[in-house]
Amino acid sequence: MTNVTLNPQQPRTAEMAARMDEVKGRSLWADARARFLRNKAAMVSIFVLALVVLFAFFGQHLSAFDNETIDWDVLGNVEVLGKPSLANGHYFGFDESGRDLYTRVVQGTRVSLMVGVIGAAIAVIVGTTYGAVAGFVGGRVDSIMMRFVDIALSIPYMFVLILLLVVFGRSIGMLFVGIGLTAWLDMSRIVRGQTLSIKNKEYIEAAVATGVPWFIIIHRHVVPNLMGVVVVYATLLVPQMILTESFISFLGLGVQEPLTSWGALISEGVSTMNYGMLWQLFIPLGFFVVSIFAFFFIGDGLRDALDPKDR
Amino acid sequence: MKDMTAPILSVDDLKVWFDVKMPGAWPWTKPRKLKAVDGVSFTLNPGETLGIVGESGCGKSTLARAVMQMVPVEAGNVVWLGEELVGLDVGQMRRHRKEMQMIFQDPLASLNPRMTIGQIVAEPLKTHFPGLSGAEMKAKVREVLDTVGILPNLVNRYPHEFSGGQCQRIGIARALVVNPRLIICDEPVSALDVSIQAQVINLLMKLQEETGVALIFIAHDLSVVKHISDRVMVLYLGNVMEIAPADRLYANPLHPYTEALISAVPIPDPELEKAKPVMLLDQDLPSPLNPPSGCVFRTRCPIAEPRCAEVKPPLADKGAGQEVACLLR
Repeated sequence: MTNVTLNPQQPRTAEMAARMDEVKGRSLWADARARFLRNKAAMVSIFVLALVVLFAFFGQHLSAFDNETIDWDVLGNVEVLGKPSLANGHYFGFDESGRDLYTRVVQGTRVSLMVGVIGAAIAVIVGTTYGAVAGFVGGRVDSIMMRFVDIALSIPYMFVLILLLVVFGRSIGMLFVGIGLTAWLDMSRIVRGQTLSIKNKEYIEAAVATGVPWFIIIHRHVVPNLMGVVVVYATLLVPQMILTESFISFLGLGVQEPLTSWGALISEGVSTMNYGMLWQLFIPLGFFVVSIFAFFFIGDGLRDALDPKDR
Repeated sequence: MKDMTAPILSVDDLKVWFDVKMPGAWPWTKPRKLKAVDGVSFTLNPGETLGIVGESGCGKSTLARAVMQMVPVEAGNVVWLGEELVGLDVGQMRRHRKEMQMIFQDPLASLNPRMTIGQIVAEPLKTHFPGLSGAEMKAKVREVLDTVGILPNLVNRYPHEFSGGQCQRIGIARALVVNPRLIICDEPVSALDVSIQAQVINLLMKLQEETGVALIFIAHDLSVVKHISDRVMVLYLGNVMEIAPADRLYANPLHPYTEALISAVPIPDPELEKAKPVMLLDQDLPSPLNPPSGCVFRTRCPIAEPRCAEVKPPLADKGAGQEVACLLR
């Protein structure tokens, strides 16, 4: 047997290292990004969603009409004169009240996306904070905080939401309050569970043993390892918010005239589909379905990319 | 440093009890006490290696964490360089944490997957020497990585890009970077395969020679402990059974539990191994929730007598630094 040095790198390290450049590492984020970029469904969805967002922000500039002016010539005969047409510039035709449907859809898209993103943002901020505190502090505080969530979750939230809108009046602000009251509950549960599992990891113990203050531990060790789950859940929460808002608006309790949303537009379209004005239903419905699908595909793609089991 | 022979760490009658809620109990029912560590005393000299052995669940890791003040201590004293650690608040304890570092069992799990190894190794520096400039910190990190045999130009890599043995070296680098006087190694080689175990053990011994750091080495592999330790402490159910210089303990075990443990160490020669008498203990480890009265080992002890159930045997000095907690030996 030859006499082999246990670690042949050892004697050479210093001079070798001096000659070599620092090697660039691949972080888990970089890995996840690469996986996400390879996901075709997610990439197509991102593209589609970008188009929808551009449409919401700049769509009105493509039309010569606004969303308030009523065309009195068309009103009363929308079924015949109000069809979508590229020739007269009313790309999506007219709505029931003789207004340009294209600009109405732009407005509805804007409101729906706003409800989705702001609602999800509220849920993420409140839910993450609440869940992380409950999980990290643990013990009795955790029990009390999570029992409160259990109780809140056991109340049928649609019922509460409808009641709120009926009692305090139908406004978009009240809609935010109602959705915000309930949406963070699931988020806090997920974040708490994740925090609990991270809290018991050895690298947290190592940080504690080293004497790192607890707020830096949360900032440096807990939150970065929590982000994956939060990002995925937030992406899946946006379409959920849009669905809730649309359902409420479809019932006529949500967004009120002159504002509109996908749900409100679909509701109007349903009421006129018997008279053959199907474009009033299918155009907002198309935007709605395509966007929701895009959000779900992106959420799935993010989950596949960030799933810790994939590591 | 006035006296080189004075112990840097002395632990006296340390007790760590955990509250355990019985399943299905009412919220107001008094929790039962799990005596994870129940009256352990030992001292550690500068530059010495103390091995701690015992079967799983005997309180080895809890003892280590209690010394580091990472679990609440029920009673007893931990005196570090002449200063009592039990009861210190977080801020006062932080001053001492620089001097006592820890290495963990699972090499990969003890490194934050979202940080580069450079950031990981720099963390104790950032915590204890916030005044250092970025360049000084970087130089120190590269130096210590070089010491443990990781190429310093890999500082920007992430833990998942390294093997288990390399990750353990990075863990050692993190412990070494602040020049501690004590490193507690909590089963540092149990998760590694045998050839890598040897590398890590030899690295630890080499570092100890160079820096004079004291080690508390926890393991359940007796041969590994024998190789690295100056003295060995045998724990059973949170109690010290025997504590002795390593060669003496292996050559002349006095406590029946130590005897049983040592007889179970396999000999890497099939002929000798077959001929070797093995002292098998019957029954399982009793629950630490309800430990036997008197000597905790008596339920499995081959030579137990009725009086073992009455008195808890104190550690008695048997000469040559060997102390045994047994009434009969």
